Amino acid sequence: MDWEVILSDALRSGIGPIAAVYALAAIGLNLHFGYTGLLNFGQIGFMLVGAYGVAASVSTFGLSLWVGVLIGLGSSVILALLLGLPTLRLRAEYLAIATIAAGEILRLFYRSSWAEPVTGGVFGLQQFADEFFDINPIPRDQYGFWLVNYSSRDLWVLLVAWGLVALFAGVMALMVHSPWGRVIRSIREDEDAVRSLGKSVYAYKMQSLVFGGAIGSLAGMMLAIQNQSVNPDTYNPVETFFLYTLLVLGGAGRMLGPVIGSILFWAILSFFDSALRQAISAGYISSDVLSAAEIGAARFALVGLGLMLLMIFRPQGIFGSRREMLLDVR
Amino acid sequence: MRNFRLLVPLLAVLFVALAPGTAAAQGDEVVTGPGFGARALQALLDGVQFGAIIAITAVGLSLVFGTTHLINFAHGELVTIGAVVAFFLNISAGLHLVVAALIAVLIGALVGAILQLGLWAPLRRRGVGMINMFIVTIGLSLLLRHVILIFFGTRPQSYREYDIQRAIDLGPVGITPRDLTIVLISVGLLVGVALMLQKTRIGTAIRALSSNRDLAEASGIDVNRVVLVVWTLGGGLAAIGGVFFGLTEIITWDMGFRLLLLMFAGIILGGLGTAYGAMVGSFVVGIVAQMSSLWFPIDLQNAWALLALILVLLIRPQGILGQRERVG
Repeated sequence: MDWEVILSDALRSGIGPIAAVYALAAIGLNLHFGYTGLLNFGQIGFMLVGAYGVAASVSTFGLSLWVGVLIGLGSSVILALLLGLPTLRLRAEYLAIATIAAGEILRLFYRSSWAEPVTGGVFGLQQFADEFFDINPIPRDQYGFWLVNYSSRDLWVLLVAWGLVALFAGVMALMVHSPWGRVIRSIREDEDAVRSLGKSVYAYKMQSLVFGGAIGSLAGMMLAIQNQSVNPDTYNPVETFFLYTLLVLGGAGRMLGPVIGSILFWAILSFFDSALRQAISAGYISSDVLSAAEIGAARFALVGLGLMLLMIFRPQGIFGSRREMLLDVR
Repeated sequence: MRNFRLLVPLLAVLFVALAPGTAAAQGDEVVTGPGFGARALQALLDGVQFGAIIAITAVGLSLVFGTTHLINFAHGELVTIGAVVAFFLNISAGLHLVVAALIAVLIGALVGAILQLGLWAPLRRRGVGMINMFIVTIGLSLLLRHVILIFFGTRPQSYREYDIQRAIDLGPVGITPRDLTIVLISVGLLVGVALMLQKTRIGTAIRALSSNRDLAEASGIDVNRVVLVVWTLGGGLAAIGGVFFGLTEIITWDMGFRLLLLMFAGIILGGLGTAYGAMVGSFVVGIVAQMSSLWFPIDLQNAWALLALILVLLIRPQGILGQRERVG
């Protein structure tokens, strides 16, 4: 077993573009779940409309990438309004089920033969982010340290993705500590108390849903841009569960929770993956027990187990305070 | 506020219609074969059959929610466990499917009981919050689903018996003997559950617990025992639903998860936490899904069923049979 390779794989994933995308999406989810107490299980739906907003604008309608970004953001706002209007007045479970259903509806519609002229159906869309890579200021070269190497293209993606993460983590910190943020957090603690002080709980929840959803759509755009491709089946409901896992791991309701959570989540997954692969090829694990093709399944099972254990034994995650995570359905 | 509620369906239509606007012309191809009436009847029949399968799995989910207020995301995996256990008994152990299905139901019930005794009861004693338990079920669902994947593999499979059958001709519509049996058994089981809820002591206790937990506990109902019965029943019903779903369509490692959203749709359509609502709602979902393929591409049928869920939340959030005060 080559531990250097395993550790560098883990490090590469932990600071990689995917970790940044998930951190960004989880920042939005943190506003919903961690601060407002909204059970949004359709964050992946917001990522999907963001990604397709960019991809379809450029590939199908020939618009500029930057117009696409605005369209993606606009779609996420519409989606948040659509979901929020019927469900935010109801008990928490309704939002949970409506959002997970909405994410799945969107995936099914975008991949259907009916939508194929616009979304590319099951084939998705490719090569729409040239404008993004054209403005790359980093000279062509190899950059890196140890076994972790990046081309200038990768570095540009990383820089922008983590830049967005830093920006929105900062914006979120300011917002949560503003008077607006205090109202949001008190809604999580006790909705009726907030209502009795004359605040419109519904309006605040809606603002939280829209803003967090828009951040989610930016994460979706970043995911689409760095791959230069979108495919509807990337946007599975399961991805939202990963977001919850990493958010709970880092600590929901904490500014750095989603960021640290995402870095650790991907580093751990990659470590596990790489270590299992090496153990199988070195013959430590018999291929009768676990074949190389089953590693993917094994690591998802591990995510599930990890989420259960975290939620049972340490629901506040690494940074959270337990007092803030004793949530209950009203 | 009324205006807002009208706005949402409008936005929904806009949102869905905008993207594939240019694609609308595709549906205009000339249809040959049976006329629209016959196709509609056939779709209705298929819908009833699909609805029966959703209903039989959703009742358990709804009873669990009614008695414990836990939204069990892992309920889909109980469905898959039923189908997969029956598959291994049928193919690997060579048992006849009827025997295999009966054993699968027992194992499904056992899994339900073990989950309650080994996981949910201890968690409740620890005072784990409701939303936290909800997220635990998501973790459990991921865990079970991928453990099943490791054992079962990604390839879709079918049972050995009753795979391909000739349809019985019933005038304009046809149904295979297999599907007819499934519908009859499902409806029989649903009636059985309803009778149990109405006539027996334990059924009364379940209904009492659903309507008011504290009052039920105060009047001497052994809550833990009732919840255990509900989980056992739910696990068994989910397992038989899984076998039926595997028979009519195909057995895959994620079949339960795909069915789960439709179960949720059925439960909310009918009224969250009411067992009869879940039955009615599931039939609506099944029929909407199958009838939609009369007008829209078949790969969208589940999407329409889920869209019906969101529309119901707008118009009548308490569902068809729900009570108003339970939703706010």
